[in-house]
Parts: sequence; C-alpha cells; structure tokens
Amino acid sequence: MEQLLLLIFLPLAGAIITAFAGKSAKIVSTVISVVSLGLALFIACNFIPNATTQFEANLPWISDLGIRFHAGIDGISMLVVLLTNLLIPIIILSSYKHDYKNPAAFYALILFMQTGLLLVFTAMDAFLFYIGWEAALIPIYFICAFWGGKDRIRINMKFFVYTIAGSLFMLMGIIYLYLQNPANNFEIQAFYALNLDSAQQGWIFWAFFIAFAIKMPIFPFHTWQPDTYTAAPTQGTMLLSGIMLKMGIYGVIRWLLPIVPAGVQDWSCLAMILSIIGIVYASLIAFTQKDAKRLVAYSSIAHVGLISAGIFALNQQGLQGAMVQMLSHGINVVGLFFVLDIIFSRTKTNKIEELGGIAKAAPQLAIVFLIVVLGTVALPGTNGFIGEFLLLMGVYNYGIWAAAIAGLTIIFGAVYMLRMYQNVMLGKTNELTITFTDIQGTEKLVLYIICALIIVLGVYPKPLLHLTEASVQHLLEQVNQKLTSVK
Amino acid sequence: MNIIITISITAFIVLYAGLFKAKKALLPLTVVGLLTALGFTAAAWNGNAVHFGMMQTDNFALAFSGVCIVGTLLIFLLTQNYFHAKSDNVAEYYTLILFALAGMIMMVSYKNMAMLFVGLEIMSVSLYILAGIRKKDFASNEASLKYFLMGAFSTGFLLFGITLIYGASGSFDLDKIQAYLVDNSKAISPIFYPGVILMMIGLCFKVGAAPFHFWTPDVYEGSPTLITTFMSTVVKTAGFAAFLRLFADAFAPLHDFWVAPLIVIVCITLFIGNVTALFQKNFKRMLAYSSISHAGYLLFSLVVIGANSQNSVLVYAAAYTFASIIAFAVLILVKQKTGSDSFESFNGLGKKNPLVALSLTVAMLSLAGIPLTAGFIGKYLMFLNVMGEYKMLLVAFAILNALVGFYYYFKVIVAVWFKDGAEVELSTPSQYKVVLAVSVAITLILGIYPAIILNLI
Repeated sequence: MEQLLLLIFLPLAGAIITAFAGKSAKIVSTVISVVSLGLALFIACNFIPNATTQFEANLPWISDLGIRFHAGIDGISMLVVLLTNLLIPIIILSSYKHDYKNPAAFYALILFMQTGLLLVFTAMDAFLFYIGWEAALIPIYFICAFWGGKDRIRINMKFFVYTIAGSLFMLMGIIYLYLQNPANNFEIQAFYALNLDSAQQGWIFWAFFIAFAIKMPIFPFHTWQPDTYTAAPTQGTMLLSGIMLKMGIYGVIRWLLPIVPAGVQDWSCLAMILSIIGIVYASLIAFTQKDAKRLVAYSSIAHVGLISAGIFALNQQGLQGAMVQMLSHGINVVGLFFVLDIIFSRTKTNKIEELGGIAKAAPQLAIVFLIVVLGTVALPGTNGFIGEFLLLMGVYNYGIWAAAIAGLTIIFGAVYMLRMYQNVMLGKTNELTITFTDIQGTEKLVLYIICALIIVLGVYPKPLLHLTEASVQHLLEQVNQKLTSVK
Repeated sequence: MNIIITISITAFIVLYAGLFKAKKALLPLTVVGLLTALGFTAAAWNGNAVHFGMMQTDNFALAFSGVCIVGTLLIFLLTQNYFHAKSDNVAEYYTLILFALAGMIMMVSYKNMAMLFVGLEIMSVSLYILAGIRKKDFASNEASLKYFLMGAFSTGFLLFGITLIYGASGSFDLDKIQAYLVDNSKAISPIFYPGVILMMIGLCFKVGAAPFHFWTPDVYEGSPTLITTFMSTVVKTAGFAAFLRLFADAFAPLHDFWVAPLIVIVCITLFIGNVTALFQKNFKRMLAYSSISHAGYLLFSLVVIGANSQNSVLVYAAAYTFASIIAFAVLILVKQKTGSDSFESFNGLGKKNPLVALSLTVAMLSLAGIPLTAGFIGKYLMFLNVMGEYKMLLVAFAILNALVGFYYYFKVIVAVWFKDGAEVELSTPSQYKVVLAVSVAITLILGIYPAIILNLI
C-alpha cells in the first residue's frame, strides 16, 4: 500500500518541488522521474503475475458520498503504470535541448500530469478514476496552450472542450452506476457486480464509450487530434500520444467491458466498424500528408483503430494484443516524435519534401530512426510485431472480413512510413540538410534506450505477455460470466 | 440573535467613528465586530434555538450566516484604498454593508415570513444606496435606479404572495404553513397556489434567475466593483438560503405543484446566463451573466429536495462565493492599473504577476467546475441530487451548459497566460494578498477534501 501511495504521489510532490526549483527544474524533474521509474520497476519486480489486485491502498476520502481513495495494481494496470513511468523520464530527457520559457512550470506540469495518469491507471474507485482523468487533462492543456506552436489557443480550446464534453457524460454514467449500486459507493467490484438490463447497459455504454473514443481517438471523434498534435510542443505531443491516449484504451478494458458487457456486445459491431473505418481513413490521409508530424499523428489514429478493434473483438488474443501494443505504440510514437523534433530543431521544418539525405550527414540518427520506423510498421523482431500480430489474430477470430480490412493497416503503414523515411533520410542532400549534425548527448541516450526497448521487447516479449495474461483472462471470464447471466 | 445584535452595533459604532473622522479605525473595528459575530455563530452551533418564534438559528442558518460573514469579511479586506479613493464618507460604505449583512442574517434564519420580508428589505435598501453611492457617476445612478425599481417591484410580488399564503393558511410561521399543507392536503385553499408562485417570482427576482434577471448585468456593471462583488456573492448566497428555507421546508408538501415552473426557470436561467456570458467582451459583465447561470445550478437543489439539498447549496454557494471574490479582487487590481475591465486588459497578466494570475486561474477553474476545486464538488452534488430522481434530460442539459461555461471561463485563462499584453505590474496591497490566499486555499481545500463541509448541516 505504501509503495503505491508513494508511486502516485511522488510525482505530485516532485511537481511542487520543481515549481519552485527555478532554473534547475530540468535536473530536479529528471531526478524525480527517474526515481519514480525505479519505484515502478521495484513494484513490477515484486508483482506476482496473477489476476489479483496487489499493493492495494484503500483509504476513506469523502465518506459521506461513498467515495474512497481505493487504488491497486493488477496485470493490466501494471503494464500501463510501467509505460507511464518509463516514458515520463524519456520525455523529460528529450526536452534537454529545448530552452522553454518558464521551465519550472513546464516540468512541474509534466510531473503533475504523471500523478493524474497514475491515478487513472490504478483507481479502483470510479470517482477517483474520474478525478485522475481530469487531473491529467488540465496540465496537458496548459502545456500545449502555453508552449505550443501557432494557432495553439484555438486548437487547444477545441481539444479541451472535446475531451471534457466526453468526460462529463462519463461522469453522468458514473453517477448513474453509483445510484444503482445498493452499497452506495464507487467500488469497481461493486460496479462489476451490478445487474443492469440491456437498455441501461446500452446507454451507459455510450456515456463511457464517447469519453474513451474521444481520448483515443476513434473515428469520427478524432478531429481534434492531428491539429493538437501538430500545434503542441514536442513533449506535449509525446505525452498525448504516448501516454494519454492509453487512458482511453485502458478505460475501455477496465471499465467499459466488465461493467456493461451486454452493452458492449450489442454495440461491438458498430464499434468494430468505426475502428476499421478509422484505420483505413487515417491511413489514406497519412498517405497525402506533407508534414511528417501530421503523418505520424494520422498513423497514430490508424494504430489506435487497430487496438480498439482488437479490444472489441472480445477475445483473449485481441485483448492481450491490445495490452502489448499499448506499450509498444507508446514507445514507438515517442521515438518518432523525438526524431522529428530533432530534425525540426536543426532544419526548422518537418515538411517531407523540403528534407532529404539526412542519412549521409547523420548516420547514427538514420539507424535509430530506421529501427523506430520498423518498430512502428511492425516488422517481425520488433516490439510492434507482437502486438499487431495478436491484435489481428483477435480480429480474425471476430470476423474474417474485419481482419482482412484491418490487416491493411500493416501494408498501408509500411508504405507511408517507409516512404516518409525514404524522403526524409535518403536521397539527395539539400542546402537545409547538408549541415545536419548527428545526434549527441541526451538525444543519443534517449534514442538508444528507445531502440533497445523496441528490439528487446520484439525478440523476447514473454515477460510482458506473462505480466498481463492472468488479468486479461480473468477479465474475459468475468465478462463472459456476466453475459450468460444477463440472458 | 447575538449575531444580528453584534453586527448592528458594529454598524452604529462604525458610523460614529466616521463622524469623528477616525478613518484609520474603521476597518479594524469592522473586522473585530465581524469576528465576534463569527464567534457567536460558532458558539450557537447545534443549539437550534428559536428566538421569539420569529427566527430559528438551526445549523442551516448558522452555516449560511458563517459563509455570509466570512465572505463579507474578505470583501471588507478588499476595501483597502478602494473607498478612500472614491469618496470622503467612507464610514457610510462600511455601515451600509454591515446593515445589509444584518438583513441577510435574518434572511437565512427566519422562521416567520414577516422576518423574511424585514430582512430582505433591510438588505435591499442598503444595497440600493450602495449601488448608487458614486453620486456623480451616470452608470452608478442608473444601476441604483434600476435596482431600486426592480427590487421594489419584486418585493411587491413577494409581499402579495405572503398575503395570499397568510389568507389561506392563517399564519406567517413556516412550521404552521407546513402543518396546514399536510393537514389539509386534500383541500388546500385555491389562493395558496398563486401565493407560492408569486413568492417564487419575487425570490427569483432577488437571486437574479431568468427570466427575472434583466436588472443584473446593468446593475452589476454600473455599481462600484466592490459592491458588485458583495451583491453577486454574499447577497446571492443569502437569497438562496432564504429560497431554500421556504421551499424546501414550508412548501415541501406542494413540491409536485411548483417543481414544473421551477424546472422551466432553471432551464431558461442556465441557457440565458451561459449563452449571453459567452458573447461578453467585458469581464465584469461576463461575471454578471455567469452569476445568472450559477443561479440556475443553485436552483437545481430545489428541483429535487432531499437530505442533501441543503448541504449541496451550502457547498455550491461557498464555492461560488470564494471563487467570485478572487475574480472580482483581481478585476479591481487590473482596473486600477489599466482603467478598463475588458478581457483585453487581462492579456499577459501571468507574465508579471504569476501569483495573482494563478489565483485567478484557480477561481476560473472552480467556477467552471474542474475537479480538485470546490466548484466541481458543488456541481457534482447538484448533478447527483437531480440524477437521483432520474431526470436525465435535465442533467444532460446542464452538462451542455457547463461546456459553454468552460469556454468563457477559459477565455480568461487564455488571456491571462497565453496572450501577449501590456505586461503591467500590478501593485497588490498586502490585504489583497491575504484575501486571495485565503480564498484560493478554501477553494482548493473544499475541492480536495470536501468532507469537512459535507456534514455540516
């Protein structure tokens, strides 16, 4: 229990310290994020990979309203907690070359967001989950709107109103579940045990689904995403794509499936179709993008589409694939955005056609970028492969037609990602790229870590699969059991 | 009873202190008086005493008295250099505000409708003068006249309502009226119903709920900002407490009858308040319209009367009061420097005055209802109550309105942090710092650990 509380609140304490650290905020926040990574690894090592919830913290909070501070870690949470604590130090390190104004506020907000994210990923109380959900949103809004690029105010307002609209309807769903709950609390287990008829499940499904779909984002709730990713500062984009969109996926797995399985079943066909449309649609748009950052943003929509398709297939392979792919996608997308940031910082552009031939000037960057791209296009032997393979298997078990179309994502992805790589890194050097300096210092460190993760997890994914297997299986059993009892 | 006596005596002492030109002593005297009154409030806790059958200091009354007194205290702290720059007769301001406060204490603790009327009038008459206290200012005069005419009009409604209810039930006493309704539930006199509606209209006028809100923006804009602060926070809180006392208590047996018009009023209020606030260019006017929309959320507590109604109004009113005090305090500071209260004058405030800007941000987040601030807990309680009766559409409507609210509150945050402006450095007097710090602390504490206030009543 103490470990978990420490894990959650260390970043918050760190945020407060960082806020007053002035010029040394960079160092302070790095130290704190590395310490919390160590803590997360410690917890992961002591984690017994079965279906139980471990390191539980269950404290009274607002007793009159049945709200408790109840958090815990099972296999599903463990994975995303690891992802969060892994990516935050990477993201902070990746900002070393930048000189943001008000660095103290910048790093404090990142750490504050980490607490919000960890609350989301460990909450066993729906109210706490909601608080974490919003607590993660506020800092990222400020990060993107304060340090972002042009037109950032309008874009971030759209992003903010979009996401908060979703979450308010989710809040309505949560209150409804609370009122249905005879125990008068927000305990997740009590919500799992609720006996709702299919009409109730239907609308609660929608209340939650829209919130999660906006966060991920699933077509047609994605319209905020490319603009926001492009206008945000690189670290903001990394936070959004690397960790924040996992909130949506995690929410579906943790809250949507087990609470309203009948609702999911009734609407899974539609959700599946939306996911698949998202894959094809985003891939096609990615083809036509001239800006590499936008291209990656759209590719992210395609990847998330596949993840959600895998989840709504409602089988072991699909869910396991989603779990693994969450981690892989987080690592890969952060790598991609970091490389693009490096290129942008040297050439002041991310336009694909203005670049070219960087590989000659920067061979090391070319190699690591290639590894990241290959991980993203799911080449066997990289981390992306395991996840996409499982996901496609899951979708295949749902329906061959679905798998056939969803499988396009791999082909499309390979085409536009490799073409982007080709146009940016290979070919003739021009006056912009001739003076390109290779990666150095923290850039090297961050990219090497990312590449190592891509290869190691690709070659030996077993511990990862093992970590989540029991929990995923337990979840599916719960869902199936509940489905048979509804009928 | 002690509370009212203390406040009234303080008011007289302050008036005489002003007569003897003891300007320096005014504020300390007032603060001491109010702290004493606050002490009496705390001492009377759980006492539930009835005073001459006219007033009842139950915990409901005491909790709201507490909020009103603390709110007034904070506003008094904001007077530093404010009135002195505007007028020679500073003592009158203090006295009138204190008299208004005395009236409000009556409004939150009445047991007899006569006391409601007396309290309301003591408060209103003081406010008519306060609104127009800048004698040579056209806007201030307009505000005062509008407020007076509308106020007199609404008092007429209220009084007529009281008369009809007296005619039907034969009593001014809340308990007796309730008993009449329960005993004669089959044969309630037909004149009782219009009485209820008239009283509802009269009170809606006072709290500024649409469609009886037309006076609010002009009066709020025209009055001196500090008086606007007072009117839109403390006065509103007292108005709602009076509303709740009457409708959640005495008229509760007739809930089915008056809930339908009330829902209509709630919806109109939310819609008009939010949508109009969206289009304001002027910060003060935006706050005025947003105060209308908050009146809409507060009325939610009457739509479903349950065990939680009183508490949720208390939490919401407290959250709203403290957040508004921050907003107005910053407005006063900005206006002193730039001479304007448009949104543009807030541009770039965060660069030179990070702490003031941070306070304003917290206030805006709280008004918008973002978690971890008191405003969220307030809104959450309101939604929870209404969801309890499964009035889903009403909640969905309120959520859509809350979204509109985010938009205009964030306009302020955007101006403060993200826009480039004149980068003026505000001169923040020490007392303002205290007020901002206290209000921010209350807002955050209530947001993170609301358990301390939830069981109060």
